[in-house]
Amino acid sequence: MKTFLKGGIHPPEYKITADSPIVRLPIPPELRIMLSQCIGAPSKAIVKPGDHVSAGQIIAEAGGFVGAPIHSPVNGTVKKIEPTRTAQGIWQDSIVIAPDEESVENAPDQIRSDQEVDNLSPEDVIAIVGEAGIVGLGGATFPTRVKLSVPKGKTATTVLINGAECEPCLTCDDALMRSEADKIAKGTLLIMKATGATEGYIGIEENKPRAIEAMKKASEAYSNLSVVTLKKKYPQGGEKQLIYAITGKTVPAGALPIETGCIVDNVATAFAIYEAVYTGRPSTERILTVTGPEVTNPGNYLVKNGTPLSFILEYAGGLPEDTGKVIAGGPMMGRAISTIEATATKGLSGLVVLPQSVALRKQEGPCIRCAKCVSVCPMGLEPYLMILQADMKMWDEMSQHGVMNCLECGCCSYACPSHRPILDMIKLGKQELRKKK
Amino acid sequence: MVTASIIVLGVIGIIAAILLFLAAKKFYVYEDPRIGEIEKILPGANCGGCGFSGCHAFAVECANASSLSGLNCTGVDAEGMKKIAGIVGLAAVAAQKKVAIVKCSASCENRDPRNHYDGVRSCAIESALYQGESDCIYGCLGCGDCVAACPFGAMQMEPGETLPHIDLNKCTGCGKCVEACPRNLCELVPYNEGRPIVWVACANRDRGPVAMKECGVACIGCTKCRKVCPNEAPAIASFLAHIEQEKCTSCGECIKACPRHTIVSTSPINSNTTVI
Repeated sequence: MKTFLKGGIHPPEYKITADSPIVRLPIPPELRIMLSQCIGAPSKAIVKPGDHVSAGQIIAEAGGFVGAPIHSPVNGTVKKIEPTRTAQGIWQDSIVIAPDEESVENAPDQIRSDQEVDNLSPEDVIAIVGEAGIVGLGGATFPTRVKLSVPKGKTATTVLINGAECEPCLTCDDALMRSEADKIAKGTLLIMKATGATEGYIGIEENKPRAIEAMKKASEAYSNLSVVTLKKKYPQGGEKQLIYAITGKTVPAGALPIETGCIVDNVATAFAIYEAVYTGRPSTERILTVTGPEVTNPGNYLVKNGTPLSFILEYAGGLPEDTGKVIAGGPMMGRAISTIEATATKGLSGLVVLPQSVALRKQEGPCIRCAKCVSVCPMGLEPYLMILQADMKMWDEMSQHGVMNCLECGCCSYACPSHRPILDMIKLGKQELRKKK
Repeated sequence: MVTASIIVLGVIGIIAAILLFLAAKKFYVYEDPRIGEIEKILPGANCGGCGFSGCHAFAVECANASSLSGLNCTGVDAEGMKKIAGIVGLAAVAAQKKVAIVKCSASCENRDPRNHYDGVRSCAIESALYQGESDCIYGCLGCGDCVAACPFGAMQMEPGETLPHIDLNKCTGCGKCVEACPRNLCELVPYNEGRPIVWVACANRDRGPVAMKECGVACIGCTKCRKVCPNEAPAIASFLAHIEQEKCTSCGECIKACPRHTIVSTSPINSNTTVI
């Protein structure tokens, strides 16, 4: 079975929502749509308070080349444009929309037939993707339009669709692959068309047999599309790890995947591209997993952009009494949120509710030079050294040891028997080095 | 046997000494002896407060300068700068002493911790992660990056304290804390002994009602301080007052007027003064 070369860990899965179907969440009484939803410049609002907006209408345009427009998820009225706290508690501008009482469903779809889609040129596909405001839905939120525009002088040969979902707890990609395999396959073909790639692979970890089966069935009809079963190992879904596992190519340090001719996109992104091209629906909703040992109704929920997290958690049965921490994203790479008044954004893939007993860090001890962090680092770095360098503010030395190659997967902190905050210090080093540039 | 060893080692020693002597002559580099003398006066903390990379670089600059204007070590007093001036044979140019202030005065009683941070005790890491333990996203995080950065021991924070305080006698105004604070709460201000510094100990730029909820001593931008000030020293921008030290006479009127007790001073001016 295919996997990446170095390191990796096997955290417990805790995928308790693996059998849950996708449930559409009702529309909340108020949506707060953040203007900063992708890596890059925040979008600029183009509506005013009092304006009536319809579902799918652009309410904020891209703030720059690396940016994406934002669409209204519902028919409704813009109440105000004011700062709202993000999940990290920082104030950022948002558009507040009160949905209409009736007819809050999506606008009528502009359906394109298979024939019409075949006639689209690659530039057309990229333009549609850009218009639809699609960003990388795996969590990095890099605008897909930019990713699909292959830079001059480079050629894309391979499209890799990331269905590994190596994070414990999360099952949203699994649920999507089980129910929408055909659409993901067609979305993949569209990515191949846009980038000029000739082959497409969908990489799925072995612990999702039904998703593998569904995707295999869906891709049977296309000779240039195949499903690759990957070994269950974290971080199998890391961009560089996935490229190595499937193609055997290594992305040079500091380079983008396109250097090896690869384009990597998440399954949810491929699905969003299908939706945008075939039905004209922009990116206004996504599937996220709400899970936790004591959550009453854990599941995979289809959530409108801008839905308050408190509303989502309420629907899942409310916050359990001894909640110690809510993590946005998966438990390995996600971040604890500081307020549930924040709202769902395009990059939010899950809410993991942890009880008090496991929410706190363990007492930190001295480094015992066991080198576990070195053996689990998927990038072959020396985390034990970097935490010391960061402690002594030796930023240049950290850079020489390749700290910028760190993908922040957290294997080192997970494996450390002394519970040292290795990743925190590495992140600090990366932050200082970026500042210096 | 012992004699032979002594002789052999002695000869080796003499040869090595001659070689060293020759090498020292060959590679001799002339350095202005005044540089060494100046360095003896300097504190040796390499804080960079003078604008040069360290104490040696500053000493070289002094020795080569044609005038001492603009050259000033923040770590030595006026007496020390006079000595340096004597060494290089120039007139000392008195510089304004500066000290650092912290623009936050909110302890735990003033703003409730809304969550618990149990990560690394580093302001840089905490502020990159999220808002901080209270609702105020501008205020002091209390992990003590400034205390760790201060080369003179002027920034202090006792265990259990959540705000640093500055020993004005030790502070040289080198600016290390200004660099270290991820929330830009430290500021260098002119300091003349005898005249207390008056400043707005807050950096909250949220609207008044929001700021009021977030912290008991947050500036709400009510402009009362500006109205009572005879010199219009407080300037208000983004719902936050900032006292321009050049205009301030430390009369203490603003301290009396501030409804939030946000304006503080280094020594008591009137009965309302909060001393930091």
